Amino acid sequence: MSPPVTEIAHAGLAQLSKLLEQREVSAVELTQLYLERIERHRALNAFLDVRPELSLQQARAADGRRARGERGALLGLPIAHKDIFVTRGWASTAGSRMLEGYMSPFDATVVERLAAAGMVCLGKLNCDEFAMGSSNENSAFGNVLNPWDTAAVPGGSSGGSAAAVAARLVPAATATDTGGSIREPAAFTGITGVKPTYGRPSRWGMVAFASSLDTAGLLTASAEDCALVFNSMLGFDPHDSTSVQRPDEDFTRSLQLDPRGLRVGVPAQFFTQGLRPDVEAAVRAALDVLQRLGAVLVDIELPNAPLGIPVYYVVAPAEASSNLSRFDGVRYGYRARSFDDLNDMIRKSRAEGLGPEPKRRILVGTYVLSHGYYDAYYLKASRVRRLIANDFQRAFQRCDIIAGPVTSSVAFNFGEKAADPVSMYLADLFTVPASLAGVPALSIPCGLGEASRPVGLQLIGNHFDEARLLGVAHRYQLATEWHRRVPAGY
Amino acid sequence: MSLTLADVHRIAQLARIQISDEQARATAAQLNDIFAMIEQIAQVDTTDVEPMTHPLDGVQRLREDAVEPSLPLEELLRNAPAQRDGLFLVPRVIE
Repeated sequence: MSPPVTEIAHAGLAQLSKLLEQREVSAVELTQLYLERIERHRALNAFLDVRPELSLQQARAADGRRARGERGALLGLPIAHKDIFVTRGWASTAGSRMLEGYMSPFDATVVERLAAAGMVCLGKLNCDEFAMGSSNENSAFGNVLNPWDTAAVPGGSSGGSAAAVAARLVPAATATDTGGSIREPAAFTGITGVKPTYGRPSRWGMVAFASSLDTAGLLTASAEDCALVFNSMLGFDPHDSTSVQRPDEDFTRSLQLDPRGLRVGVPAQFFTQGLRPDVEAAVRAALDVLQRLGAVLVDIELPNAPLGIPVYYVVAPAEASSNLSRFDGVRYGYRARSFDDLNDMIRKSRAEGLGPEPKRRILVGTYVLSHGYYDAYYLKASRVRRLIANDFQRAFQRCDIIAGPVTSSVAFNFGEKAADPVSMYLADLFTVPASLAGVPALSIPCGLGEASRPVGLQLIGNHFDEARLLGVAHRYQLATEWHRRVPAGY
Repeated sequence: MSLTLADVHRIAQLARIQISDEQARATAAQLNDIFAMIEQIAQVDTTDVEPMTHPLDGVQRLREDAVEPSLPLEELLRNAPAQRDGLFLVPRVIE
């Protein structure tokens, strides 16, 4: 006798994997169950493209593989992809009019690896245009609602991924993080979001925003679920010139980690600068839990971390202005209806096809790279970036991991910051430093703050230390139940 | 530093984005806010600090210059706004 439907939907990947293994449920049944939830909660606007027949076809193939004796932790488990990853079969828009209806001739490496492991794709998830945003208000295809409170933003740029997992419309979703786009929405929607070390997941087939920062990651209900998927998702890819060549590892190996004696660094710079009392209380309570589990708290300094936002808003737009020059209305994407000549066609196609935030960042990036300004902005920012990265290396001599808040407040309301770009940019104050340093970082739910909106705890590790981060997060989740909370009505 | 309307038009021209005077005015105000925030980095002492362009300070990996299969032409052309005979079409450039 199979468990009841809602119980299955709320189960999480690790448990679903066991149910599939024990033949309590089939991949087709799981796919149908989640497709039905996606349909029922369409008002969240989390999904941009759902094609049930394609998903069911993949599910039947997974069931067939299992029937032929194949085993695999991910075989038959559902997932959905942020619309930054290109996919065959589903349109790939990056949340932009520029790419409306774009059908990729190939799959992103991350998509391909997960499909090879037998994961079933349930569709494509809404996001801020070209992953530029912290609230999902920059999508050309409308706002994604936060299932905890529809007046609240789900965070961005992976807002669709976060809302879908929070509402359990899918047990896992891919996401991307350039300055906080996995951790911030995870914090705002009460789920687990993990950004691995830069270079560990392939960037091949991820619509490029800022190539020295863009990192694929995952949103799931728990750290254990994430570890399971990372085993298949991460790894060297010859197609990505910055992909890191390292032996494969088992990311579940530290789930039994003993936190006794673990040195947890608490950066002074993350507990100032307008950190709201409700967020601080929840994060301090989480630090107490880690301490009760045997961890030792160590006061540390990341003196240059507050410079993360200005550095990021030079480096990321510079790289974006270069990456987005490919959208010229010639080979793919939107082309203006009327124009005088080639130059006019390109200028009008970009003016009409790109939204306000990508345009703003292209202009900032063009300026900081332009003749006479390159040294003062781009070169200077790249030097300060190293100071920020050096801070982490110094800190990791005194501690094993770093812990602090993900955001300074719980999810803000729609419209609250949309008119003021700088106030929106500051939403990433605590997430940007780890992105600039390329170190792995995650967000796990650790309480409810103002208006009963979720609060996230950020854990940051040194390069290639994601297994330990996942282990610590898992021990925290064994001791608490915040990650089991599902918003009412889902 | 303060960007003028002319500056915004010049940057937009470099970026190949058409922009009206009205849009340029609103954009100038926003860009000036952004650059006011960015200016903080000017005060930082970065003497003898090497610029960091890659988080792992990786070097560009090179591959063998080997012939590999590429995607079928018709699939690559499928998303083009205008195409004919295996070519992307653009407005006439040479008279």
